[in-house]
Amino acid sequence: MDTLMLSRIQFGANISFHILFPTITIALGWVLLFFKLRFNATGDGKWMEAYRFWVKVFALSFAMGVVSGITMSFQFGTNWPGFMETVGNIAGPLLAYEVLTAFFLEAVFLGIMLFGFSRVPSWLHTTATFLVAFGTTMSAFWIIVLNSWMHTPQGYEMRDGVAFATDWMAIIFNPSMPYRFTHMLLASGLTVAFLVAGFSAFRWLLGDRSDGVRVTLKTGVYLGALLIPLQILMGDLHGLNTLEHQPQKVAAMEGNWETGPNVPLLLFALPDEEARENRFEVGIPNGASLILKHKAEGVVPGLNDFVTEDGEVSHPPVAPVFWSFRIMVGTGFAMLFLSWSAAFLMLRKGRGPDGLPKLMTLAMVPMAFSGWVATLAGWYTTEIGRQPWLVQGVMTTEMAVADVPAPFVAITLTTYLAIYALLLAAYVGVLFYLARKAAHGDVPRRRTPQSGEAITRTVPAE
Amino acid sequence: MELFGDPAQWLPFTFAALMGVSILVYVVLDGFDLGVGVLFPFASDDEKDMMVASIGPFWDANETWLVLAIGLLLVAFPSAHGTILTALYLPVAIMLIGLILRGVAFEFRVKAPTPHKATWNWLFFAGSLMTSLAQGFMLGKYVMGLESTLGTWVFAMITAVFLTVAYSFIGACWLILKTEYTLQSKAVDWAKGGIWGLVLGLGAVSLATPLVSTRIFDKWFTFPEIILLAPMPILSGLLVWLLWRSLQRLPNATDAGARTPFLYAIALFVLAFGGLAYSFYPYVVPEKLTIYEAASAPESLFIILVGTVFVLPMIAGYTALAYTIFKGKAAELRYD
Ligand code: HDD
Ligand code: HEM
Ligand code: HEM
Repeated sequence: MDTLMLSRIQFGANISFHILFPTITIALGWVLLFFKLRFNATGDGKWMEAYRFWVKVFALSFAMGVVSGITMSFQFGTNWPGFMETVGNIAGPLLAYEVLTAFFLEAVFLGIMLFGFSRVPSWLHTTATFLVAFGTTMSAFWIIVLNSWMHTPQGYEMRDGVAFATDWMAIIFNPSMPYRFTHMLLASGLTVAFLVAGFSAFRWLLGDRSDGVRVTLKTGVYLGALLIPLQILMGDLHGLNTLEHQPQKVAAMEGNWETGPNVPLLLFALPDEEARENRFEVGIPNGASLILKHKAEGVVPGLNDFVTEDGEVSHPPVAPVFWSFRIMVGTGFAMLFLSWSAAFLMLRKGRGPDGLPKLMTLAMVPMAFSGWVATLAGWYTTEIGRQPWLVQGVMTTEMAVADVPAPFVAITLTTYLAIYALLLAAYVGVLFYLARKAAHGDVPRRRTPQSGEAITRTVPAE
Repeated sequence: MELFGDPAQWLPFTFAALMGVSILVYVVLDGFDLGVGVLFPFASDDEKDMMVASIGPFWDANETWLVLAIGLLLVAFPSAHGTILTALYLPVAIMLIGLILRGVAFEFRVKAPTPHKATWNWLFFAGSLMTSLAQGFMLGKYVMGLESTLGTWVFAMITAVFLTVAYSFIGACWLILKTEYTLQSKAVDWAKGGIWGLVLGLGAVSLATPLVSTRIFDKWFTFPEIILLAPMPILSGLLVWLLWRSLQRLPNATDAGARTPFLYAIALFVLAFGGLAYSFYPYVVPEKLTIYEAASAPESLFIILVGTVFVLPMIAGYTALAYTIFKGKAAELRYD
């Protein structure tokens, strides 16, 4: 494989690994703030129990997010120098604002949030929790601004092949940013909702009936049930916006080759780019036209419009976009089904988690990671759907790649993949371990002996 | 932005200065927590917990300075960013892998099942060591103008070792300040051992830089610079002597002077860094690309500067808050 292909796989692997953890921390920060505020308001220990368990998951996810994020920021220089040389005037300030307004905020207050509980007044600890949640959301904002600008660039002009900013407001509020940012925040909320519900269900199955686990199970299910319809609505709007700005992506998502009316919504197909047609199509008549144009005879763009006279293809690879889109939407509907039926059963006769049949709690455990699946699938749709462009209409991915020898990239790629596989296994393993430990009643840890000065500053033991 | 004269002149300079400051802050702050990791194998298991406790609330923010430094290089000098990072492709990768391993080990060592703790402790050490060595290696390559010859390789290997020693030295000084009893006296011994490595390392880089570049040689050894700059090496020598003296007095019953070695170590790092910065100015890629040639569009730099002016004091403020909250001797890390 050449440097370009290897660098693409490496970038895809790194960002895929990175995004798993911010997706958790962005929303989990707010959920922790919710637990803390409920505790402040009610003084009920179950909220603090919930906080204590999930803050561990937060700390672990945050560390994974930070280290993989640092890798991300070096990648631009090591593998894609052309990116910064061409659009650095725009990408640069956005990344700088992310570091200045978000990274420092969250990193500094994280220390206080995690270890400051007994050292600072409660209000300061609550504020630190808020600032960490706010910081992670700001990170997401700036990076999504940049990413959305790469999909729908505006507010710039090209001089000698280099982009110069002309209107910062237009750059920040580019057409796809509001959709992508909202959709991403909701995705994060859903990921956390199902993660919290799933691990609480796991504890429930192990026989844990504590108030702490009841309250997190309910929080997870209700949060999921609340967010999923919003997400489906938002996804629809996002798709309509993409139809306007990147029709070739939507054509690939729908697996539609010829522009025309009465396009079916394909449930299954094997897109064949050689033959430029689908095999084994199963679809709902007029479905795609109805969704995208709200009428059966609505005209949907087709992929063949994006092939030039001399046969050059300027649309993205079809099969990966087509399939990842279906995985995302399918997962979304699975989420809808599970969270609504669970919410219904819990609300009926007000029995709470006791009203759930065992099969349903069992189903929640694998669904704990459904958010990850949908998020990754969604990003693959988005990013592969932009190819061959890196910045839509401005530069192709090929233009950005470094002339590092291919074997170097192959070495680093293999190493990253091995480390990521191990870390992912360790992460999931530790989550289950923590849940099991909590379900069996956490045994207090042996305390390290402390000096007199240190003891006066720690609050009495548990 | 015409206020201070030609923005194409002062903006690149300002950004080079900002980048220099963030690299320096990074080297001091992450230097001590990487150093603590490098010293891990010399400590007992309980001491390891205490060592991690002393850096636990800070390490993440410390590492953010690296993100800021690389971010400033990326945004202010995009073409230099590409040149430097592609030339250092493999050491950068080693550093990143080191940072990944040690960063996650912080969490895993206390959250994973107890039998795995030893493995994560080991990875914490290995990650810290890889990171320090890789950074020292990059420093050496950079000093040698990013050339790839046998000589530059050997030199970079030497700086790799010396920077690692320097980090463990400042790490040991941090531990003297943050710990008590046996661990503290061990840290005093570590610092006493490390000081010689530090002196040798400083000497090697100070001698090598003027020798590889006649331009740098002229910057230091012509009249009147040689007189004006004379205080720098003299001050460094004085600091080393003061450091040695302060270490002799430790540990003691009242813990008097426990923070002095750390402060002197910072001063030494600042001086050494200042010397390097003076040598390389105005180049961002040694002998190839000056900061003025590599700078991005003034409009974009100005936008960042405005943000920086407002935000940097805030960052300084809440960083100070964190160090105040966690001041004094380290205590066991607890979430409640
Ligand atoms: C929990 C996660 C999750 C769920 C359940 C959904 N999505 Fe999604 N989707 C994402 C998580 C996500 C994402 C990972 O966050 C993406 C990638 C980029 C983005 O903005 O959001 C995304 C992208 C994305 C795009 C691509 C837009 C573009 O690239 O221009 C479309 C059209 C949709 N989504 C539509 C939907 C629809 C119709 C859903 C109905 C079930 C849906 N999404 C559920
Ligand atoms: C966080 C979620 C993201 C995911 C999961 C993701 C995923 C991917 C994937 C899979 C590719 C490879 C596409 C292909 O060629 O087959 C890619 C390409 C790329 N993306 Fe993203 N991306 C994300 C966000 C971003 C952001 C925020 C940026 C920039 C700020 C970005 C910049 C790029 C670049 C530079 C490439 C070039 C490599 C390539 O096209 O192969 N991505 N991304
Ligand atoms: C090319 C793209 C990206 C780069 C270069 C990047 C860079 C980074 C870096 C350097 C950090 C560590 C900050 C620290 O030291 O505290 C980080 C963390 C973070 N990133 Fe990314 N990132 C990218 C993509 C994304 C995306 C797409 C999102 C979300 C939508 C995201 C959200 C976050 C968040 C919330 C954090 C905070 C730490 C955490 O929660 O794990 N990043 N990122």
